[in-house]
Amino acid sequence: MTKHMTRKQLNSRVVEEIDRNLRQAFDDMAEQPVPDRFTDLLAQLKAAEEKKNSGDQQDA
Amino acid sequence: MRDPREELTDHIGSLRAFALSLTRNSATADDLVQETLVKAWTNIDSFQQGTNMRAWLFTILRNTFYSLRRKRKREVEDADGTMSEGLATKPDHDGRLNLRDFKVAFDQLPDTQREALVLIGAQGLAYEEAAEVCGVAVGTIKSRVGRARARLAELMELSEEESLEITDSVTQGVVGSRPAA
Repeated sequence: MTKHMTRKQLNSRVVEEIDRNLRQAFDDMAEQPVPDRFTDLLAQLKAAEEKKNSGDQQDA
Repeated sequence: MRDPREELTDHIGSLRAFALSLTRNSATADDLVQETLVKAWTNIDSFQQGTNMRAWLFTILRNTFYSLRRKRKREVEDADGTMSEGLATKPDHDGRLNLRDFKVAFDQLPDTQREALVLIGAQGLAYEEAAEVCGVAVGTIKSRVGRARARLAELMELSEEESLEITDSVTQGVVGSRPAA
């Protein structure tokens, strides 16, 4: 069985190890290409607002 | 002045990762991101220019998640594991930690500890920002992150010796599943 070091006080190496894995996992996810549904959604929101604004203000 | 909403696109990746860590289901996660974007778009006036937009978006996403969850209490959570489902990673060539064990351990953390660790450890928010996102005191976030790290280390039986082992053969096994696009 492994000898347990002081687990209550994690050394900085263990903390770094945990965070490194966490960042790696999340960065991989966050760097995925943005699905079309989201770019489409933002484009729709923008278009709807522009339409509304041009109606309200009667811009040239 | 540039419309801060132009910046929303830059945060979609982080939002999806955060949503997945909360919902543990990629379809639900993306629905949550969609709702967050709509709310952010329509409530952009409540965003303070010069502050961290990602933290602001996380607050919206998290509030939306918990209010939906309260509504859908009866529904069975389709939790097939956050990390194992969507957050697949490439093997780390100089990696020492067994990633599979890490993911299993991560999924076992209590919700409050998991979200605190994600915000601080993975998303790189300041303690003050994470505290604001979660609506708790800074000290609470610090203690949750501390407990989460300690619990992970314990679950993984991470010791000095073990952390030096190369576990490529195992990490290769977790690569392959990609998040639904």
